[in-house]
Amino acid sequence: MTRPAGARASHRRPVAARLRGARGLVGWLFVAPALAFYAVFVLRPIALTFQYSLYEWDGIGPSTWVGLANFGKVFTDPDLYDSLINAVKLIVFFSAIPVLLGLAIAATIRRIAESRLALVARTVLFLPQVIPLVAAGIAWSWLLASTGVINQLLSLVGLGGITRAWLGDFSTALPAVGMIGAWVLLGLCTLLLLAGMSKIDPALYEAARLDGAGPWREFVSITVPSLRQEIAVCVTVTVIAALASFDIIYISTQGGPGNTTMVPGLQIYYLAFSEREVGMASALALVLMVLVIACALPIQWFTKEGER
Amino acid sequence: MARRGRSGAALVIAMGTLAAACAAPGSNSPQPAATSAAAPSTAPTCGTAPITMNGYFETGFPLPKALTTEFTKQHPNVTWNVREDQFAVITQNAPRVLADNPPDLMRLPQVSELVKDNLLKNLDGYAKVFGWDKWPASQLEQLRLGPGGRPRGEGSLYALGLNSSMTGIFYNKKLAAKIGMSAPPATLAELDAAMDKAKKAGITPIVQFNGGATGGLAFPLQDLMASYGPAAPINDWIFQKPGATIDTPSNLQAVQHLERWIKAGYFQKDVNAVDYATMMSRFIDGQGLFMFNGDWESGNLDKQLPGDVGFSLMPPAQEGGKRAAMSAPLTFGIAANAKNADCAAFFLNWVATDKRAREIGVEVGGSRPMGPADAYMPEVAADKVTAATLAAGADISKDNGAMDFIANATGAIYAKSWTPQLQKLVAGQQKPQELLKAVQADYTSQLEGN
Repeated sequence: MTRPAGARASHRRPVAARLRGARGLVGWLFVAPALAFYAVFVLRPIALTFQYSLYEWDGIGPSTWVGLANFGKVFTDPDLYDSLINAVKLIVFFSAIPVLLGLAIAATIRRIAESRLALVARTVLFLPQVIPLVAAGIAWSWLLASTGVINQLLSLVGLGGITRAWLGDFSTALPAVGMIGAWVLLGLCTLLLLAGMSKIDPALYEAARLDGAGPWREFVSITVPSLRQEIAVCVTVTVIAALASFDIIYISTQGGPGNTTMVPGLQIYYLAFSEREVGMASALALVLMVLVIACALPIQWFTKEGER
Repeated sequence: MARRGRSGAALVIAMGTLAAACAAPGSNSPQPAATSAAAPSTAPTCGTAPITMNGYFETGFPLPKALTTEFTKQHPNVTWNVREDQFAVITQNAPRVLADNPPDLMRLPQVSELVKDNLLKNLDGYAKVFGWDKWPASQLEQLRLGPGGRPRGEGSLYALGLNSSMTGIFYNKKLAAKIGMSAPPATLAELDAAMDKAKKAGITPIVQFNGGATGGLAFPLQDLMASYGPAAPINDWIFQKPGATIDTPSNLQAVQHLERWIKAGYFQKDVNAVDYATMMSRFIDGQGLFMFNGDWESGNLDKQLPGDVGFSLMPPAQEGGKRAAMSAPLTFGIAANAKNADCAAFFLNWVATDKRAREIGVEVGGSRPMGPADAYMPEVAADKVTAATLAAGADISKDNGAMDFIANATGAIYAKSWTPQLQKLVAGQQKPQELLKAVQADYTSQLEGN
């Protein structure tokens, strides 16, 4: 605020300031309940997690100050950083597949928007979203079992040679849990992208068609660029789901076989509740939080940049 | 305005952080006082006034509830308020539950860490007045702990068992008849031969679980360890005695033998994806000849496959050799701050000494009740598998071959070491020698961490 000169300004200032002050106070009053909740249930736990991460503590007895040693272990203990690497691998399944496939499906559904099939497809695709992840995990572990439907189908079409216990095999366990995640998230992405498509001006498509564009050119030149925001939301949500995955893996493999499907979420849980290393669990949790933010922020930033 | 808003938010964050970072964690949590072990002058009872006991039991095990129901019948002033959870949940919750909301009687996982944090009542006083210290010493050995929870196997008594479970080999009598096996194998070589015959006859030799975070190959592995070597060093390792190691020559022979079974295809191909429930349903469905499991399933198998299941202890490597088995009490303890500790102790004593309670222990629990050597043993029809497991229990006592479960050595050794290592062994990604070295390294680091 520039300094006003003269008496006139000094008359006006207290009134304006008081008004502003009162308005500010009312604003704070409105925000206060939410802010208090946020402070107690979000900020305080984060602060506590940071505090715990500096100690060696079994959760009950006395604790020992160890400084940043727990963070050092997160990056040097192969069990711990392997779980971080697994989480990054899961991004391919939880994020890339649902977004790419979701785009293709949404574009297809949009083209047949008037038919009853579109409604059925939308419902079927969204169904995984309303099923609890635990139920999805159980159902899929039956489907993927050695005597499950997937293997029966494979045998039926003459691919009996590749049947196996998908969740119990070292080479297929991670892709198998990845596919469960892809199945769960595909519906959400499809629906979000479909909603985005309904906002695109039909005149754009008409113009493109008049210029002789085929469905592929329409898709690449109009649909995808117009959906930048929606795609960003999909990618953000699914990347976070991949990095923070827990329930599907806990239900279907519990991190096994070996440690092939161990992810940070599960590792944190094991560290805190079966190994009783609350400090280590907290350190890994903070590293995971930073990793999630480090992945999510650039996506947000990138899509905002593109708008300009 | 904008500046004030930011500083306000910063203030809230700072306050939250400050509030959190006042004291070291654990320094202000309630620390139960170390309980004294002084013996009461007379044996405690549940009195005559109405009393509600808080129990925290394991889901899927009908025995404790059957016992509490009978107890209320005999002592109508005592009612039970029982909470049940899966064993994994109990394992994870035990310290917090014992600290925050102490139950009178609780099914316990591995107890060393609970004793270290002063969460369990020292039962030495009760042992004296009830005469538990005159029972065969081996029954209570696994429940004794040194000061601070280490080592196990000696020191004060911190828990008691409702009965004593034991593992061995169940076999399907119909499938056994098909390969001409009329009696359980007497040596390890005979067991191998039976498996080979079964495999050639198109019968799966072993149904076992090894999926998720619970590696069920630990059962046959420990049986093989018992077959090859003495039980005592394995117990020392489980009890965290200084200098104990699992990486011994006889244990290596055991892992190598297990690897041979894996390579020979004696387990199902998908064993790494099979959980306990699937294993049970496959065995009951007659899909395999042998199953390495415990006598807690005897009652169940007598019901599901009456007359068709046999049980045998793991045969020794040499004929006539001593027999050993994984055998452990169904552990129950009393919280250090339990409201009705006396009544809980009275109940535990009743379970071991009351005639009807011991009958329930056998009928429902399928295992030998704990108690004095000359205590009443209920009769079981000879064709029942329960009769076979009870007889095996007597053999184990005679040969002094009881071992705790190798998965109970530390709180995390099962999920984080044995299980992944055994799953790797199945997949051919781990060699026997390296397996034992890896488990020993995890064990050492977990002991240092505590």
